[in-house]
Amino acid sequence: MRWIWIDRFVEFTPGKSATAVKALSYAEDHFADHFPGFPVMPASLILEGLAQTGGILVGEANQFQEKVVLAKIPAAKFFRDVMAGELLHYTATIIDLRPQGALVSGRVTTGKELIAEAEIFFAHLDQSRNSQLFGDHNFVFSGELKYLLTAARQVAGEERPQLPPTTA
Amino acid sequence: MSHDEIFEKVKALMVDALSVDEDQVTRQARLQADLGAESIDFLDIVFRLEREFGIKIDRNELFPESIFQGDPEFVKDGKVTEKGLAELKAKMPFADLSAFEANPKFDQISDLFTVDLIVRYVASKLNS
Repeated sequence: MRWIWIDRFVEFTPGKSATAVKALSYAEDHFADHFPGFPVMPASLILEGLAQTGGILVGEANQFQEKVVLAKIPAAKFFRDVMAGELLHYTATIIDLRPQGALVSGRVTTGKELIAEAEIFFAHLDQSRNSQLFGDHNFVFSGELKYLLTAARQVAGEERPQLPPTTA
Repeated sequence: MSHDEIFEKVKALMVDALSVDEDQVTRQARLQADLGAESIDFLDIVFRLEREFGIKIDRNELFPESIFQGDPEFVKDGKVTEKGLAELKAKMPFADLSAFEANPKFDQISDLFTVDLIVRYVASKLNS
């Protein structure tokens, strides 16, 4: 299963903000169990999509040299349930970007309706300690996540997307 | 800005950063032992202090890593050495080390980090 919870970037301003869309399909596995007879998107997966949007925004700000990990979500509010067939817009805005990490504010909308909002705190894994733990491979921005961003640039007419590497 | 005014702002900021109740945030409350702060929360607190008070906090300024990482020059046999204490004093002139100096156990170093220490740190930054 692919752990990609955004479909496409529709706006990307490096170091500032990004918007990605997510089209919800009834074929997605989570609807079967969450909940039987009342399929709504789990709030945790909404946050995951928002965090992927914000995480790529933060990673791109340092040309993906840092390993960006979700550190904490100080606040999150959900205003209504989301059903299959809806199109979510995830908008992430950088509030603060520092060598140690970044704070991002996120909004989830459909059309003009606010679905959820959250603050997400990302940490840059300390380079030296990190290479002892994980090696030099950047496991965060491997293949698929970066491909999404390259695809976004293609939409903006900047460059052709490159297929993600097939080896891990 | 008086210490009381700073404290009120710090209190609100701790409630947001650590999801604690307002009445838990006393001047004496220790960030880790009493308010449950973890390492990433310290970074969050630093970001919030900068925004709230319009100050710039350099890395290691409020929470000096060299001491916490147990550098053998500073920490020996579970205690902070003379050199370590001198380092603490130099790096953290805003901290009240009098009680800690009497029994400088390394595993109690985090108890130095109280809400009051943050208040005094902010006051020293605003006055400099």
